Amino acid sequence: MSTTYQDRPLTAPIVDASTDAWWTGAREGVLRIRRCTSCAKVHWYPRPVCPFCMGDTTWEDASGRGEIYSVSVTRRAGPIPYAIAYVRLDEGVTVLTNIVDCDLDELRIGQRVQVCFKIADGGASIPMFAPAGS
Amino acid sequence: MTLKRSACIVGAYEHPTRKAPDKTVAQLHAECARGALTDAGLTLQDVDGYFCAGDAPGLGPLSMADYLGLNVRHVDSSDTGGSAYLVHVSHAAQAIAAGKCNVALITLAGRPRTDASSIGTGPRNVTAATPDVAWEAPYAPITVNMYALAAARHMHEYGTTSEQLAWIKVAAAAHAQHNPNAMLRELVTVEDVLNSPMISDPLHKLDCCVVSDGGGALVVARPEIARSLKRPVVNLLGAGETLKGQSSGQVDLTYSGAAVSGRIAFVEAGVTAADIQYASIYDSFTITVLMQLEDLGFCAKGEGGRFVADGNLISGVGKLPFNTDGGGLCNNHPANRGGITKVIEAVRQLRGEAHPKVQVPNCKLALAQGMGGLLGSRHGSATLILERV
Repeated sequence: MSTTYQDRPLTAPIVDASTDAWWTGAREGVLRIRRCTSCAKVHWYPRPVCPFCMGDTTWEDASGRGEIYSVSVTRRAGPIPYAIAYVRLDEGVTVLTNIVDCDLDELRIGQRVQVCFKIADGGASIPMFAPAGS
Repeated sequence: MTLKRSACIVGAYEHPTRKAPDKTVAQLHAECARGALTDAGLTLQDVDGYFCAGDAPGLGPLSMADYLGLNVRHVDSSDTGGSAYLVHVSHAAQAIAAGKCNVALITLAGRPRTDASSIGTGPRNVTAATPDVAWEAPYAPITVNMYALAAARHMHEYGTTSEQLAWIKVAAAAHAQHNPNAMLRELVTVEDVLNSPMISDPLHKLDCCVVSDGGGALVVARPEIARSLKRPVVNLLGAGETLKGQSSGQVDLTYSGAAVSGRIAFVEAGVTAADIQYASIYDSFTITVLMQLEDLGFCAKGEGGRFVADGNLISGVGKLPFNTDGGGLCNNHPANRGGITKVIEAVRQLRGEAHPKVQVPNCKLALAQGMGGLLGSRHGSATLILERV
């Protein structure tokens, strides 16, 4: 069995005070995460107030590399199958995402992945992940 | 303050409809309220506390208490998704113990089948201001795949198989065949589940619950009132509730909130999982049941697959009869929120009023477990332990 990745339409993302800089980073090809200036921990999803200690937080660039923590190919929620996944970034946080540009049936937990970007309606770049080396 | 024996469930009613295009959601709430009060032998005038959650139309209790004709001195609209109604039982007991009310009414109703709304393959009902949405919506999380991610990880960690998950549906169907109101009354086999369409790996269509219209209601009362009524007395022995999220990025899909809510409830009740004769376990999907059974201590973590196999959840066959009404998997999942029906079937079992084919002999101790929201991201969990006097 093989399920070749196909692009699906992506609606324009929500841009607001807490996401604006993240989408700007994505447009520049960078995946950003948020680190606390008090306790130095990174968290996900990004918040201005640290969920560990309530300190202020700041953006930093992530490596864009990680491994699949869990993955599911959703086959019956529309015409195009897609792989939803949790990816544990090398920085230590686990993010909800899609895995793209591969045979979706070959995806495995533990597999190394690398960030890539898909264009949404309106031109925003949406960070997603593809198998490393692909 | 302990809730042990501080309040009793005196009324329970499950609406028989599974498709109600001719009734409004408010009407269904009212018919459920009437059913539960009639069951208890109480009247509208006896109710002084009201509980409802996000399925209630309008501004929750403000709209519904007026619609129902209630005069209340205690109100609570805590919403933890499908587990809310178990939370309500606990909160009603707390309010009764604190002297804030004597008779609490809890209602749930909805028409997701008629309205073809918010089924497992549709987007969740969220707004742009919901803080997680901007970060997740582009990746199309839907109900079924946010449970599938937990199932996939469980299989990876513990070797759980689709065949083992299928046994949970087989057990539910074995019970539903005796329930004339159940949506799915046909027996199913493990092969039937495995051969049904794959919705989101590893969950097949038959790993999913039904989408049904309907509702239910409960009446919780002070023990002195319960003893004055003609129905068997069902005591609350213990209650636990919690919320589990993504832990700020330290995601761990190997356990559910039941690990926390269950422990709280068992400690309060002073009993253990081995003492439970009947368990209602929230069953939005087969994996939901398996993880909660482990987390409640019915088996060790990772052993859920072996525990549920070979009919161990079938009444009269296995060690732990579960969801003897057919559960959400086969009977009813009104408003896409199965919590109240979990409590209702537990009350039936304790009263000896379950269908004779599935009734647990002399059932004196039962557990009801609810989970609302999404197992794979954010969910509420609530556990109740109930005894018949």
